[in-house]
Amino acid sequence: MDATTAVFLTIVTAATPLLLAALGELVTERSGVLNLGVEGMMVMGAVAGFGAGFLSGNPYIGIFAAILAGMAMALLFGLLTLTLVTNQVATGLSLTLLGLGLSGLLGESFVGEPGVRLPKWLGIDILIPVSFILVAAVSYVLFRTKIGLVIRAVGDSHASAHALGYRVTLVRYACVLFGGACSGLAGGYLSLAYTPQWVENMTAGRGWIALALVVFSSWLPWRLVVGAYLFGAISILAYTVQTFALGIPSQLLLSLPYIATILALVLISASRRLTRSNAPACLGQPFVPDR
Amino acid sequence: MKKLMMSAAVLAVALGMSAASASAQEKLKACWLYVGAIGDFGWTYQHNQGRLAVEKELGDKVQTVFVENVPEADSERAIERLARDGCAIVFTTSFGFMEPTLKVAKKFPDVKFEHATGFKTAPNVTTYNAKFHEGRYVIGQIAAKMSKSGVAGYIVSVPIPEVISGINAFMLGAQTVNPDFKVKIVWINSWYDPGKEADAAKVLFSQGADIIVQHTDSTAPLQVAEEQGKHGFGQASDMIKFAPKAQYTAIVDDWAPYYVRRVKDVLGGTWKSQSSWDGMAEGTVHMAPFTNLPDDVVKAATEAMDAIKSGKLHPFTGPITKQDGSTIGEAGKPLGDGDILGMNWFVKGVDDKLPQ
Repeated sequence: MDATTAVFLTIVTAATPLLLAALGELVTERSGVLNLGVEGMMVMGAVAGFGAGFLSGNPYIGIFAAILAGMAMALLFGLLTLTLVTNQVATGLSLTLLGLGLSGLLGESFVGEPGVRLPKWLGIDILIPVSFILVAAVSYVLFRTKIGLVIRAVGDSHASAHALGYRVTLVRYACVLFGGACSGLAGGYLSLAYTPQWVENMTAGRGWIALALVVFSSWLPWRLVVGAYLFGAISILAYTVQTFALGIPSQLLLSLPYIATILALVLISASRRLTRSNAPACLGQPFVPDR
Repeated sequence: MKKLMMSAAVLAVALGMSAASASAQEKLKACWLYVGAIGDFGWTYQHNQGRLAVEKELGDKVQTVFVENVPEADSERAIERLARDGCAIVFTTSFGFMEPTLKVAKKFPDVKFEHATGFKTAPNVTTYNAKFHEGRYVIGQIAAKMSKSGVAGYIVSVPIPEVISGINAFMLGAQTVNPDFKVKIVWINSWYDPGKEADAAKVLFSQGADIIVQHTDSTAPLQVAEEQGKHGFGQASDMIKFAPKAQYTAIVDDWAPYYVRRVKDVLGGTWKSQSSWDGMAEGTVHMAPFTNLPDDVVKAATEAMDAIKSGKLHPFTGPITKQDGSTIGEAGKPLGDGDILGMNWFVKGVDDKLPQ
């Protein structure tokens, strides 16, 4: 394997968890729900994935458990924000804090244990093609099917969707759960393939980057791929440039992915064409039909 | 009747509490303040292993308490809380806890405080640190002997003296074997981010390094080495379980002997304020068993360790040529502790520029 291929593969590995988590959040946000708990769902996915894989010896059971754990966290978020109509921002933030704390507690006995690793297919992790299939599927469902139309309608005008007889809360529950499943899968990817181990707080802020990528993508799935790979590529290139010892301050190089993301966000929000009608109009707004 | 039952319950609770505090009084309360999570399998994990060793060694005589994940900015409150709660000795285990520790120590002259990796003491405040660079010198020699490409990759967190002296000791060790040995350095600005560490390791391997050294805390770089059939060294803990074919050895921080000794000192009334800087000789820094190495390399490494332990060999023996060509230290004499604890320059042979 030559250096270019190796660097490219590293970029792909770094981008995949971001892409998976961001894709779930994109669907959630398309239905009008802002879930800031991505980091919390992801880290729970990581600990559950590692734990189930480690105890059963089967990485596929691990991945399954990771998805379930993400969904369980999402269900909690749904119960609070959709049924009990709590504030979405505050609930999402608490979900992250809960996830970070709870995963540390649950994972205590897994620290220092080598777990199981997801097998590779043709030299790459299975979840890499899976992430692309998911992007294609989400893109198709959102823009080519009636289900997608309903999801977008609920996100853009929940009152109208409700008036037309669509079950707003049910649709949102489904989208929130899908978001949780994707975040859990991303977490499982971290603890079963990216770095097969469990350590506390191992997501290290990737959930937040995923959230930013959703805005970056202006809620379009394929642009998410561009965002995640751009972010991954700049991060990895920052390391590569360091090895040449050119004397560029490492702090500057390491902040490049973030600077690039902010720049892209500024450019996107400056262009009406890119932002036009993509942001779900009801994002973050609670829906209570009786009020 | 209901009221009576309530007061009975209150009484029972009060009795229970006084019983608990009576038994607690007989025990010495030793307390730890951690900057990270005990589950990090790195820095904080090792300190916590030290605490557990105290519990095991001193059994009924002590009661240990710890608080984890304490942000440095908020540590004063946490330290004061421990002092108020009857801790006889408080270990604060991060550089950033230095000033808060001193501040609280002034208010509680009867409580003993021990601050890790700092440089300020007081009548009831001791500092303690470990000579990690001794281990890095030994792994430098091993790396230079084992590397086929003559290039090591070095993943580092932030440019503080402890990290810089580690890189320098590694290079000085390597240069005793191969004067042209090269090291490629990647800073990740984090002590602990498995994903970033893995990425950095992959990049370094793709740039020609065949041995990875890390001054970050996770096992991720070694796992990458294992996958790619390359080699490396563990950090803080013995990471052999994660890389049975890749790990040569690991520099292990073992705080247990120090903690046991200091808590015993408090029990025996012989505790005194001091600055302690232990290394291989005291067992605070030791090497995990050598694995995946030929016998002659193991023999040489063991000899180097013995020489360091006996004081015959000092990693920073003058004169040392700096990156800019100037020299430091007198011939045949080790650098002063202050020079090492405040190191802010690279030795000749390191290509990287120090982030300012």
